[in-house]
Amino acid sequence: MIKFLTYMGRYVMLLQKVFSKPEKPSMYYKQTIRELMYLGFNSVAIIAIISFFMGAVVALQTVYNTENPLYPKYLVGLGTRDSMILEFSCSVAALILAGKVGSSIASEIGTMRVTEQIDALEIMGVNSASYLILPKLIATVIFNPFLTLISIIVGIFGGFLASTVFGTMTPEDYIYGIQYAFIPFYIIYSLVKTLVFAFIITTVSAFQGYYVSGGSLEVGRASTKAVVFSCLLILLFNVIITQLMLS
Amino acid sequence: MIRVKNLYKSFDGRIVLDDISVEFESGKTNLIIGQSGSGKTVLLKCIVGLHEIDKGEIWYEDILFNKLDFTSKKEIRKEMGMLFQGSALFDSLTVEQNVRFPLDMFSDKSPEEKTDRVNFCLNRVNILNANNLFPSELSGGMRKRVAIARAISLNPKYLFCDEPNSGLDPITAILIDALIKELTEEYSMTTIVNTHDMNSVMENGEKILFISDGVKCWEGNKNEILNSDCEKLNDFVFANSLAKKLRSLR
Repeated sequence: MIKFLTYMGRYVMLLQKVFSKPEKPSMYYKQTIRELMYLGFNSVAIIAIISFFMGAVVALQTVYNTENPLYPKYLVGLGTRDSMILEFSCSVAALILAGKVGSSIASEIGTMRVTEQIDALEIMGVNSASYLILPKLIATVIFNPFLTLISIIVGIFGGFLASTVFGTMTPEDYIYGIQYAFIPFYIIYSLVKTLVFAFIITTVSAFQGYYVSGGSLEVGRASTKAVVFSCLLILLFNVIITQLMLS
Repeated sequence: MIRVKNLYKSFDGRIVLDDISVEFESGKTNLIIGQSGSGKTVLLKCIVGLHEIDKGEIWYEDILFNKLDFTSKKEIRKEMGMLFQGSALFDSLTVEQNVRFPLDMFSDKSPEEKTDRVNFCLNRVNILNANNLFPSELSGGMRKRVAIARAISLNPKYLFCDEPNSGLDPITAILIDALIKELTEEYSMTTIVNTHDMNSVMENGEKILFISDGVKCWEGNKNEILNSDCEKLNDFVFANSLAKKLRSLR
């Protein structure tokens, strides 16, 4: 319990340092653009590929589970759309990003710590926590909602291709399904989750990297911890947000 | 001038620095010497504020540094330059960007003035035509020199060097030592160097502090070090077989 409270205390203190006034906003702006490219744009391909196949599998599974003639065919489109919006494009994508982005953040900051680059920043009078973490946080919070939207669109398209090529339904049924009983609030719910998950992935991974001590072995461990803790917190907050927003 | 008074530092109950008091003078190369694990790096990191001290005082001129808050410490740190043992150059930046970083962060100079200053600092440490190389493309000696260029880019009042010639061949080590001494005199900096290299001690030791197991054992200069009564210092100074032979001939 004491260990947990110590961790929480350090995490809150780190966030306090992260959200302090930047020394030179123009330098932070440049760094944010760099992180947008590195953490954001570089994740588009993996998210698109995974979403395409997730959408395809969801659609095919729905096709095979709704073969009863009493079920209308358009349910496949509706099921794929809602599955992608409510869960796959935000939560599952966040778990994937925790692996890709989280481990990258933890290992980058951890390596800077063990090679004294963070000490060098501190000696110069730079708030290292803010300079290293704030641009990453801004970049992921800005870009991850776009990744979610891309994931929704690509996932639904993947479902369309799979169900019309391999399934037994017409494109018209699928398109009718994805338009049927659409609730715009689901998109807001999905984006809210994405923002919270982006915050968790970035800050938890940065925390693990920032306080690493030792050598390359410890950096590797910090990277693993960053992914594990980020995933656990994503799953926990998924339940909390769902209960708060959909109940 | 930097003054350290009755400094104590421990990690998890283990005392690493025990009642250290010393004064480091301006315009001189001050050395902290001792065996590996004696507490040299911890002392240096306490002086620059990277480690919180348990007890004692650290004065920069007439400012009690260890009692300052985070923001005030940052102001003093803008007057510091530090050369780390592993150079600590930013991997993702080129040589030029590394040296330019403190200027971009803290100076209001125009881009042309910053470029001029970067080139001046790189020339000063004899790094030529390497502006666009990354740290991973440099040799150990070049990295140290780029790190020195970065440390002096803002004209610091205080320069700290943690084992500047570790991992370097003897000739490059001598060049780095000479460079640190020259820069110290040129800019009248207060320079503190951690080392266990006896060649550095004999070349640069205008003021020397010897610590052993976290305790201050001896203080003096390069002219006094060979005639000391301190047994631990003599064991350190005359550790290698050549030095032992020379000592027996005295």
